[in-house]
Amino acid sequence: MSNIGSYEERIKDFDWSVSERELGYKEGDVINIGWYCSDRICEMGKAGKTALIWEEHGGNEKRFTFDEVRLTSNTIGHFLKKLGIQEKDRVCLFMDKIPELYLSFLGILKIGAIAQPLFSAFGDEALFIRMENAETSAIITQKKHVSKARRIRDKLPALKHIIIVDDAGRKPLQEREVAFSLENATPIEDFEIAQTRAESPSVLHYTSGTTGQPKGVQHVHYSLISQYLTAKWALDLREDDVYWCTADPGWVTGTSYGIIGPWSLGITQCVLDTGFSAESWYKFIEKHRVSLWYSAPTAIRSLMKADNELIKKYDLSSLRHLTSVGEPLNAEAVIWSEKVFRKPFHDTYWQTETGSIMITNFPGMKVKPGSMGITFPGIKGTILDPETYEPYDEPGKVGLIAFKPGWPAMMRTYWRNEETYKAKFINGWYLSGDRSSIDKEGYFWFTGRDDDVINTGGHLVSPFEVESALLEHEAVAESAVVSKPDELNMEVVKAFVTLKPDHMPNNDTELKIMNFIRKKLSPLAMPQEIEFMDPLPKTRSGKIMRRLLHAKEWGEEIGDTSTLEEDE
Amino acid sequence: MQKVILEYVEEEYLEDDDEELDVDTPLISGGIVDSFSMVSLKRFIENKYNITIPDDKATPEAFDTVTKICVLVKEST
Repeated sequence: MSNIGSYEERIKDFDWSVSERELGYKEGDVINIGWYCSDRICEMGKAGKTALIWEEHGGNEKRFTFDEVRLTSNTIGHFLKKLGIQEKDRVCLFMDKIPELYLSFLGILKIGAIAQPLFSAFGDEALFIRMENAETSAIITQKKHVSKARRIRDKLPALKHIIIVDDAGRKPLQEREVAFSLENATPIEDFEIAQTRAESPSVLHYTSGTTGQPKGVQHVHYSLISQYLTAKWALDLREDDVYWCTADPGWVTGTSYGIIGPWSLGITQCVLDTGFSAESWYKFIEKHRVSLWYSAPTAIRSLMKADNELIKKYDLSSLRHLTSVGEPLNAEAVIWSEKVFRKPFHDTYWQTETGSIMITNFPGMKVKPGSMGITFPGIKGTILDPETYEPYDEPGKVGLIAFKPGWPAMMRTYWRNEETYKAKFINGWYLSGDRSSIDKEGYFWFTGRDDDVINTGGHLVSPFEVESALLEHEAVAESAVVSKPDELNMEVVKAFVTLKPDHMPNNDTELKIMNFIRKKLSPLAMPQEIEFMDPLPKTRSGKIMRRLLHAKEWGEEIGDTSTLEEDE
Repeated sequence: MQKVILEYVEEEYLEDDDEELDVDTPLISGGIVDSFSMVSLKRFIENKYNITIPDDKATPEAFDTVTKICVLVKEST
């Protein structure tokens, strides 16, 4: 029997107070995610239970009990306070998936500051834009990534501290830098946790939009109410599970369900901090007896591509329930997992802005391969007519996925961008920016984005951000960035580029531009292909027709070209 | 060939000056080069040695060390 039991029973008179009661929270109480994920679990008698099993390349591992998570997050919180970090200050987490990342996240929340996790593969410009926007006070990072912070610190007057967690003391620290070693720090047993309330800000995740710079999605401590219950009912986390969420906490899945969900439930989770290889993943599942696995379609498709004989070398019988997030899970992947793991992957749908799972194929229910599933109890989802923004009355019509606002983990604003935040709501609905249809049984079927944002391997990339960065390359005169289909990543970034007169359109130029974007933004944003085109197709008013280039890549009808300045 | 590729990887993908690479250091599984960045590494090798590496040969396993990449180059020449 799954945790959710009967879906029909759960949705009758559903109220989020079911989660509040389980967490012992009442309206107006102090609510601090850091405390709920460590101290509370210890008080429940699980101090000695393993909270984190961390493994790096080569098999070296570290383990932390819930009591050690409590102590180390206290210690980090204490250190930050001593540095002068105050409530609501933004503290950036810029690390690989090392234990300090997970423990610092809780430490930041315990002092009432705002955790700003950023993907450690981000380049200088991507890091700068997000830290400048948030006016970040401190960044916690590793020696291998500190050079990026050094290159941008002079442009960040609000940045007071660059905290390095693995400095070996071989070279002198530089301006604003301070070393912190978890192993050498004096553990702080008694710590005064900030008296945060439901609406106190907690986490600031950045996400990309079609236009403008990345937006800081601001969440609050009350998000715990949704994250706890969805981890329990949608992911089906149970007391004796060993849970593996493969997402990086630089992205929202890695915090909502890579930290908050499992640890607020007192569940043991494991983390593999290496690059991807099918063999190392299977070995990891076998070694740690992983029972509940939350991964992404790109990873699943990469496993499908690997040698199927490989699976037979490992005992994967510990796997009890499989779940997926980040991009649409194709039917073939579900069918493949049923064949090789003897159980299907269950798709979940949600976003940085929603903070918690909105739609899913629930455990124990019929999985329709290729479908996103049905709405979580308490979530009212619909499909809106793109013209009128009114819900469709009949099933099967493709329109905009929208939700009635009001669930606990919903973003509270875009950081200092209230105008864009308000534009996400029309006729009392939150607009997700995605399109789908709903069938007669209430299952959602994803069809695509409603804008130009590129979803590559489950990560959103803004074409605007890539185009802006391209223009900073010495050879680029004009550019247009679109998605192109990709077997593994669903879609990848493609750039159409017009070069300046003294630059040659050849392989070397292409590689230089690719590496330029990789280092400036991130490997995800790097165009996987560059096509030189002179001129780019434009409207009569001179606007580049990205739509036409997108259609060309996807083999779609080009549509009305009457406004083109000239044909290709 | 090993020296050229090793130097390129150090120059382009290694962030930490103190980190040392050799021809058998795991690049992909070790997290030094991710799957997206592998595309630019493949492009460098194709340009440098004037070859085309078929997509089905350009696997994370085949690109995991400089030694393995050199084998791939020789097979593709």
